[in-house]
Amino acid sequence: MTSSASGTTAPKVMTANRLSDGAVVYLTLAHRWSDRFEDAHASAAPSELAGFEATALEAVKTRIVVGAYLFAVSVNADGSLAPLGQRERIRAAGPSVGTDLPASRQVA
Amino acid sequence: MYQYSNFDHAFVRARSAEFREQVGRRLAGELTEEEFKPLRLMNGLYLQLHAYMLRVAIPYGTLSSRQMRKLAEIARRWDRGYGHFTTRQNIQYNWPKLQDVPDILDSLADVEMHAIQTSGNCIRNVTADQFAGAAADEIEDSRVWAEIIRQWSTLHPEFSFLPRKFKIAVTGAETDRAAVKFHDIGLRMRRDAVGAVGFEVIVGGGQGRTPIVGETIRAFLPKEHLLSYLEAILRTYNLLGRRDNLYKARIKILLAQTGVEAFTREVEAEWERIRDGALTLTASEIGRIERFFAAPDLAPAVPNPAFATAKLEHPDFARWCRTNLFPHKVAGHQVVTVSLKPAGGIPGDATAEQMDAVADLADRYSLGDIRIAHEQNLVLPHVREADLFDLWTALRGEGLAEGNIGLITDIIACPGLDYCNLANARAIPVAQALSRRFADSDLAGEIGPLTLNISGCINACGHHHVGNIGILGVDKKGEEFYQITLGGSAGDDAAIGSIVGPAVPFDRVTETVERIIDTYRRIRAGDETFVATVRRTGLSPFKEALYADR
Repeated sequence: MTSSASGTTAPKVMTANRLSDGAVVYLTLAHRWSDRFEDAHASAAPSELAGFEATALEAVKTRIVVGAYLFAVSVNADGSLAPLGQRERIRAAGPSVGTDLPASRQVA
Repeated sequence: MYQYSNFDHAFVRARSAEFREQVGRRLAGELTEEEFKPLRLMNGLYLQLHAYMLRVAIPYGTLSSRQMRKLAEIARRWDRGYGHFTTRQNIQYNWPKLQDVPDILDSLADVEMHAIQTSGNCIRNVTADQFAGAAADEIEDSRVWAEIIRQWSTLHPEFSFLPRKFKIAVTGAETDRAAVKFHDIGLRMRRDAVGAVGFEVIVGGGQGRTPIVGETIRAFLPKEHLLSYLEAILRTYNLLGRRDNLYKARIKILLAQTGVEAFTREVEAEWERIRDGALTLTASEIGRIERFFAAPDLAPAVPNPAFATAKLEHPDFARWCRTNLFPHKVAGHQVVTVSLKPAGGIPGDATAEQMDAVADLADRYSLGDIRIAHEQNLVLPHVREADLFDLWTALRGEGLAEGNIGLITDIIACPGLDYCNLANARAIPVAQALSRRFADSDLAGEIGPLTLNISGCINACGHHHVGNIGILGVDKKGEEFYQITLGGSAGDDAAIGSIVGPAVPFDRVTETVERIIDTYRRIRAGDETFVATVRRTGLSPFKEALYADR
């Protein structure tokens, strides 16, 4: 079950791409960057979101990440997060085509 | 094929060294991302959903076996063991690390390759007929002219910051396999009344947000004037093209707003001013480039009895021969298309092992010559009929013997939302599901010639507008939907598909295509092709089949 969460009231997660390899990363509760969505910390509180943005801005300046932005998530009954929207679901999970190897190889 | 001169080698090496320095400055904090982005894009390096993506140019889709082995080596050493061949006849790597890219570019330079002008608002990699220099229906080898254009357009100082990207395609054959009517400039070799060969010049075609079939602005251009005429077109566009609106900046919009006649007058006036100047191609310069593309020394052969016997004994081989071969200009030879569209596969993807295998087979059977088709397949252009069964057997061992060229499973698909930052919806899984659904080769053969193209967004890298069946992924409140078009064509009967009805969700795309195909099989007249049926009947029977009960 997911809680209903949309629009400006939905909790948000800060994400970016890591400069060195472009990997998708998320801001954690400790304001560190993790490449696991499970480590992401969400908030709907304006003051905390402002803190996310300040950390992201600093990380862009110090060349840790590029292209930081907030996106909306929903909160499952067990407290885990789920991205809202297919784009963020795929960013979190990786390509949906199974593995990073072409299916032609698997078929062969 | 073209061999780099000392100048070319030095230029590409210098460019690679320059980018190494730029990457170093970025990593050291001397360049911001805003400053670095245009520099990396000029070297084909994008930042996509999950990682950087490097787009490597394959000029006019021509590769040597040595170059193909290098592409395989790069896939293994710096990426994840595969590459994706694109509708621009290029290859993309989905997972390079930023710090490795200068090493990749150096490695490419070792085999006379690079990633220059695979992005940005410049003249992009020139595309051409993938059967150039081999096909029986050829007037002249289009690679000669594509190479001349490549040399002229590379780092052209006047055209490095155009209003938008600019794509040129060339075909030298009777049949258009290069989609010349859907490029900013399409060049088609023609003979005039006395048999001289020149170019029909087509301008303002394109797909994307505003799909338009290009217009012929000059029915016949003598060869020696090719560059001066292109320069006149580009100069007119550069001067008059809009720079205030990204979506109205392509030459097709300028042409639509100016009108073909007025635009042509502008071009012709500029051309009159420059036509007999330094850009005139001399016979010696044309000859210099032609020598790089001299026809291979193939001995004509009589029909091979073993070839005929093998087809009788091996139905799969016979089926493959029906779809994947094209007549060669030298008797006893065939142009072979190697499908990168196995059932359930990712269109255009090849593993490093498959690339190496194709390179070996090219050396053994096709004079080391390999082509990339814009339909995302590979081509071995010069294969003796006597070798076809052995080649097919070897391809089968590599998972590359799918006999489906031109059939419903020969699907074009862009990377879509699985990889691309611009995409609204996935394209690859849609292609995989459809290729599994129609994997029965008897069924695909019975359906007959049909192009099915899928794009994950309106930018149309998957050429959905010109698919007989086109599928466009759209975003509706964060969820994937797919708009279906029918009746498009990229070839001589160029047309843009018409939307058949409301978009369908991801999990109903296969069923929707099934209904379209069922309808076609029910209403077609005789051996009428799918697109001919759509044009005869219009959309009504398809709309009824898709939406009457919904």
